[in-house]
Amino acid sequence: MVPADLRYTKEHEWVRLEDDVATVGITPYAAEQLGDIVFVELPASGASLEQFAPFGVVESVKAVSDLFAPVAGEVVEANQELHAKPELVNSDPLGQGWMIKVRVADRGQVENLLDANAYDQLTAAS
Amino acid sequence: MSVTGPRLQPVLFERSKPGRGNGKVPHPPKDALDRVPSNQLRAAPPALPELNEPEVVRHYVNLSQLNHAVDTGFYPLGSCTMKFNPKLNEWAARLPGFAGLHPEAPDEIAQGTLQLLFELEAMLAEISGMRAVSLQPAAGAQGELTGILMIRAYHRSRGDVERTDVLVPDSAHGTNPATATMAGFRTVNVPSAPDGGVDVEAFRAALGPRTAAVMITNPSTLGLFEPRIGELLSAVHEAGALGYMDGANLNAILGRFKPGEAGFDVMHFNVHKTFSTPHGGGGPGAGPVGVGETLLPFLPWPRVLREPDGSFRRERPGERPTSIGRLRSFVGNTGVLVRAYAYIRAHGTALAEVTNDAVLAANYLKQRLAADGSYDIPFGRPCKHEFVASSTSLRKETGVRTLDVAKRLIDFGFHPPTVYFPLTVDEAMLIEPTETESLETLDAFADALIEIAAEARSSPEIVTGAPQTAPVRRLDEATAARQPDLRWRPMTGRQMPCPD
Amino acid sequence: MPYGPHTPDDRAQMLAALGISTVDELFADIPRELRASPLNLPPPEPELELSARLSGLARRNRVDMASFLGAGAYRHYTPAVVDQLLLRGEWYTAYTPYQPEVSQGTLQSIYEYESLIAELTGLDVVSASHYDGAAATAEGALMTCRATRRERVLVSRAVHPDYRATIRTYLSVGGLVVDEIPLVADGAGAGTTDLAALEHMLADESKPVAGVVVANPNFLGLLEPMAEVGRLTHAVGALFVSVVEPVSLGVLLPPGGYGADIAAGEGQPLGIPLQYGGPYLGLLASTEALVRQIPGRLVGLTKDLDGRRAFVMTLRAREQDIRRERAASNICTNQALLALAASIYLAAIGPHGLRDVAALGAARAAALEDALADAGAPRLHPGPYLNEFAIRVPDAAAVHRRLLDRDVLAGLVLAEAEPEDPSLADGLLVCATEVTTEDDIDRFASALRAELRKTDRLPAVPVAGAVAS
Repeated sequence: MVPADLRYTKEHEWVRLEDDVATVGITPYAAEQLGDIVFVELPASGASLEQFAPFGVVESVKAVSDLFAPVAGEVVEANQELHAKPELVNSDPLGQGWMIKVRVADRGQVENLLDANAYDQLTAAS
Repeated sequence: MSVTGPRLQPVLFERSKPGRGNGKVPHPPKDALDRVPSNQLRAAPPALPELNEPEVVRHYVNLSQLNHAVDTGFYPLGSCTMKFNPKLNEWAARLPGFAGLHPEAPDEIAQGTLQLLFELEAMLAEISGMRAVSLQPAAGAQGELTGILMIRAYHRSRGDVERTDVLVPDSAHGTNPATATMAGFRTVNVPSAPDGGVDVEAFRAALGPRTAAVMITNPSTLGLFEPRIGELLSAVHEAGALGYMDGANLNAILGRFKPGEAGFDVMHFNVHKTFSTPHGGGGPGAGPVGVGETLLPFLPWPRVLREPDGSFRRERPGERPTSIGRLRSFVGNTGVLVRAYAYIRAHGTALAEVTNDAVLAANYLKQRLAADGSYDIPFGRPCKHEFVASSTSLRKETGVRTLDVAKRLIDFGFHPPTVYFPLTVDEAMLIEPTETESLETLDAFADALIEIAAEARSSPEIVTGAPQTAPVRRLDEATAARQPDLRWRPMTGRQMPCPD
Repeated sequence: MPYGPHTPDDRAQMLAALGISTVDELFADIPRELRASPLNLPPPEPELELSARLSGLARRNRVDMASFLGAGAYRHYTPAVVDQLLLRGEWYTAYTPYQPEVSQGTLQSIYEYESLIAELTGLDVVSASHYDGAAATAEGALMTCRATRRERVLVSRAVHPDYRATIRTYLSVGGLVVDEIPLVADGAGAGTTDLAALEHMLADESKPVAGVVVANPNFLGLLEPMAEVGRLTHAVGALFVSVVEPVSLGVLLPPGGYGADIAAGEGQPLGIPLQYGGPYLGLLASTEALVRQIPGRLVGLTKDLDGRRAFVMTLRAREQDIRRERAASNICTNQALLALAASIYLAAIGPHGLRDVAALGAARAAALEDALADAGAPRLHPGPYLNEFAIRVPDAAAVHRRLLDRDVLAGLVLAEAEPEDPSLADGLLVCATEVTTEDDIDRFASALRAELRKTDRLPAVPVAGAVAS
């Protein structure tokens, strides 16, 4: 179901690795579970992230959820468009709804995340 | 579809017309502001609407009719205790001697209010089994903050500064963890046991030298009494921590269970719930806090004291240096406390009957729903003043969710119960009928829920499209949050026109 | 039970449906050792007797004196329409508008409240509502720490002592520091916030300041150089919290007009009775930039499925019931009914009426100042004020007590409110509003003159530069 070229976490983030920069967002499943997303709080460029530590917050009308860093590294860009249009996370979670780009410290961390099959199994079970 | 609601009102600003109004106060002399430097003065009056009194009356009377209220119908909002609000209490709070008394009035001219507050403290202490009560907190959440700050002060007074954690069951009201954070503690969420109760073993595992306090609601937010509470409190005290009781559900235990006797160190009262000072569309409330011996020195000031000659006075600043200080200005929400006093005196020992009838009504309603079987009743044992039902099975069968059922209840003339709380039960409805609803009302409400379940099976779109008879239909909450419009801006044209 | 609807038959029918014989069985899950001792309370009191008891208690309070007491809570005329409308059960017996479809009355009234207070303060975001002026000011101080991620707040010593105490309580946790800005000791600015001291405190780079809290008029009734405070505050990247009295905003420059980021204050003067301290109305407003930092309820305009304009609670995910331990504040129950009272008051009195109320207070206060100076009690500070000021009376506490016997409530004994400030030792803080009559002023002045003669301790000449006319 989910694209095979991405990696995933149990906390429902996705990662796309290009060279040593990983783009991170939340999965369509997560976006649907949260409902209408109204606000996304993201770190500033230059912030350093620890793997699996919270890096931001996503709010829907009636829920709030932490965002967890799938990989360690330095934030090189946050998606500024989400301030004005948080609904992009609902309408295009894998595309325009991306959240941050991270310069990855250890590419191996990405390899160890869930692949598409494993993630599909995870969401099918819940 | 028409875009006009029958009774929707323009906002005040749309009714404004320059030159309307006045006649309330005399005009000041021309030189009234001569002693005020001109750089302190505003150039023009604030752009408030200009209205005449008949319009103001129509506006607010028509607006009021868009509300569901206890005075208009059944309001089974779980954990909020929406019971009847006696009219005597409103009368009493407006007596000139109470309403006109300045908060800094010297004690010798405030003896009536001070006596009332003193007696109220004593009655709340008796009801809760606590040693003493502070009437200062303005609401339950401020009462919680007061309690947790006292606990912090207690540990520090013993040189014990390592206690950083407050344990809270995952079924708790959101105010509990928010309070712990506000008071500088870390919240540790403890999962509930499968029967919905506190998991004493999980608490034991989480307790330790870092635990400052445990916050418990009893009966729990599921409406269930915690039978192992004594055991839990012993473990809490053995660990050197203190027990906080969230008193939101006090209506379930009047005359049956006194938290202070059971070993709780501190609790708050929600007088707008248990003692029926009205909810006011969101407030005001009052959140007195009762304490046992341990926390007595730390109560906020000022307390109300009785002198040997029988007169009453407020504590003076600095009189009790161990106090945690102030949570707000002046003595407290006295006007609310007058109503609570009247309520408690009207009932006296019959407060126990309040609880009996509240618990009987909740169990009866639960039994009616259980017998029908359309809704899940996750916890079968007798509830206290409220109970949880769930639409989980109904949703699987029909796709209709608790939110839809709640909205459809509006078409039947009922306020929906609390929904999606506690968080530990899927598709939860927390139903609290209170003791002031008649058997006929309880039956009508049960019939409505059962009929809605039947609709969900036969024609779910009726339920998912509800409400149809309310002043407005379901709202676009996402746009409201994404592009907040939080004030009227005359002339910007940003806002939609008045719907009439 | 006075308000219960159940007949014995009703109860019997419910018990039968449950298959039990007494209600006690529903409490069988309370272990024997935890069961309550009997409720030692008086017997139920019938309404006739209870109403007499309540009337009797109310009569033991004295509210008929000529009162000049303000100090954070003010007597005003409230148009009759305010309470008539508040007494509708649709307002006061509803709760938080969780279900917007059946709460449009409350929701629209809150949106209107936000709009009215935004006009008054000149700030766009208004939280509806907080417990009182003190709690709102403390929340404002906390906002500055969250927004700047700094941990030190400076509070003028001329902010109401209860507010300062509340700020200390709220900020006493989590490593937040509260420092007090001293007041100018003498000269034209005596009793106002010392700007040189403020500048010096702000300059300490080792302890960066999150926010500066100053009141206008201040606790002593004096007008503060708010624009200057704002400039100094913003120069170091801190936020400016202005503590306001809302009736004064009918004539005074609003916080938004002098660069305040946050306004907090006590809404009681807007049609809310004194009732010995509460329930009152905590005003809290901010610039749009701080919308995500402001705690408490916000109502926004939206539309329903059919496109009808409607109102709804919004930005809810900031609140405790959703955000839990990460919420900005634990506030839940608020002061909605008092916010409604304030809105009806403002709607009934209108912009010109509000200006008249504020200006009348100033005029009455000027007359009071002259009469008291003539009676031998000059002002304690020379600077400008609106409708409240301090006077110098030797042995102030004793004189204040004796004036009670002459049916005069001679304001606040400053030595009791501010025991640590020796400059206020002989001070009484007095105020006048539009309800202060000439007769009241005469009674106060002649009673004071008599008391001062009796003690034969006429005070010294007015302080240098006083505006004694």
